[in-house]
Amino acid sequence: MSSPAPSFTPVPAHVPAHVRPFQSSWLARAGWLLLFIYLVYAMASLDFSWTRFVAGLEHGAKFISRMFPPDFTRWDLLVKGMAESLQMAVLASFIGVIISLPLGLLAARNLMPGFITWPVRVIIIACRSYNPVIVAIVAVKAVGFGALAGIIALTVASVGFVAKLFAEAIEEISMKQIEAVRATGASFGGVVIFGVLPQVMFRFIGFAAYETDANLRNSTLVGIVGAGGIGGTLFAAFQRFDYDFVFAIVLTIIALIMLGELLQIGVKKVFRQ
Amino acid sequence: MSTALEIRNLDKAYVAGKPVLRGINLSIEGNGITAIIGPSGTGKSTLIRCINRLVEPTSGEILFEGKDLVKLNRAELRAARSRIGMVFQEYNLVERLSVMENLLTGTLGKTPALKAFFRRFDPDDIRRAWEMLEVVGLTGFANARADSLSGGQRQRVGISRAVMQHPALLLADEPTSSLDPKTSVEIMELLARISDSKGIPVIINMHDVDLAKRFASRIIGMSGGHVVYDGGADGLTDEVLKSIYGGEGWLQ
Repeated sequence: MSSPAPSFTPVPAHVPAHVRPFQSSWLARAGWLLLFIYLVYAMASLDFSWTRFVAGLEHGAKFISRMFPPDFTRWDLLVKGMAESLQMAVLASFIGVIISLPLGLLAARNLMPGFITWPVRVIIIACRSYNPVIVAIVAVKAVGFGALAGIIALTVASVGFVAKLFAEAIEEISMKQIEAVRATGASFGGVVIFGVLPQVMFRFIGFAAYETDANLRNSTLVGIVGAGGIGGTLFAAFQRFDYDFVFAIVLTIIALIMLGELLQIGVKKVFRQ
Repeated sequence: MSTALEIRNLDKAYVAGKPVLRGINLSIEGNGITAIIGPSGTGKSTLIRCINRLVEPTSGEILFEGKDLVKLNRAELRAARSRIGMVFQEYNLVERLSVMENLLTGTLGKTPALKAFFRRFDPDDIRRAWEMLEVVGLTGFANARADSLSGGQRQRVGISRAVMQHPALLLADEPTSSLDPKTSVEIMELLARISDSKGIPVIINMHDVDLAKRFASRIIGMSGGHVVYDGGADGLTDEVLKSIYGGEGWLQ
């Protein structure tokens, strides 16, 4: 740059012109390289190749051709399984939310002392540790085949998820409003009902709707291990190579999930404040 | 006049060895507004909050209705709190509740939690809430949500909530600091009217010295955790203000 006009402040001499403003980290580059090498290695060792894919396609085409047209002739079996899945999902969500309400409150660190929040948090984490299918396997062993095992599995999963969200929502509330309710001489119950609940209720409803949606999907899965619902029917159809019936079931599940989505939108609209 | 509140040798240190309040002695009588002025960080809010133990005092005595508030257990403290109304700088309304519900929050001290849950409040309290809404000029806002109101309206709801408690003492922590000058005067007038009509003392923290002079019958100047001035508004000379706030350039 040529000499600046006298009225301007000259650029301070000590700003080093040769230092690049954006530095790339060698560590990050090495990380990317390592990831790339691992991907190549994994592909090679798993026979994840184009020739294998083409060979598989043939098989897939045969499979898909046997799926058409979807076979709804055994609709009674389909409806019974779907109804059971739906009932399991709704029951598990409801029970899960009811259990999560006190657990979430007890786990909230802004309202409860550490010696209460920690044990409760451990319970919640334990509920979340396993996929519902694994819990379902255990539940089937414990209480036998059928919907009860599925409901238990889905309830455990719901508690692990919803109680954590509840606790986090409670931890984000405004303590100023709580302070004011406390200052009126309200009991702890009064503080919860008039200070905490109004601040978190609309979020709780959103979480509950979301969890119902998740349970709807999971309820179609736990049947595979014998815990009731459409999953059992689906698994049986697969094993008998009744792919047209499989397709009918899959279509119905998609329809149900879409219905759940609509329900969720509706619930949020009603309770949006 | 009888003594409504007596504070003896009150100390508060949030961190041991760094006291915020040092040996406060005050006695508040009868009715009327007592203003506490002083620089930011001098413990005015702490003092107010020590009275209803939103902040736990480190040592000292606070005598109210024949009891030492500092020594009360939880149930007794709740009963005492329900007799002390409090008004906040940022109103501290429960934003998602209606104006009516916020007013009835003032009766939670005597309403069992389950009844409150189903909104089964004492019909007498509900009637008083309607009256109170009329007094503060918010008739027609009963079902409005608190967060839909303006600052001045919110503070009037905050004051109404405190009055619903049937308080024997009203505390206000900078009730006008978030409001414009005109609304501030209206809020101070409302507090003065309540003090007068209910015959209860009102203790107000404030930053606005002129507003304090105009409405308070007694002014307490605090500095460095001590009471450095205690007297009428007329005694609040420039010399005294200098001793409270320090410096003098700001007085021009």
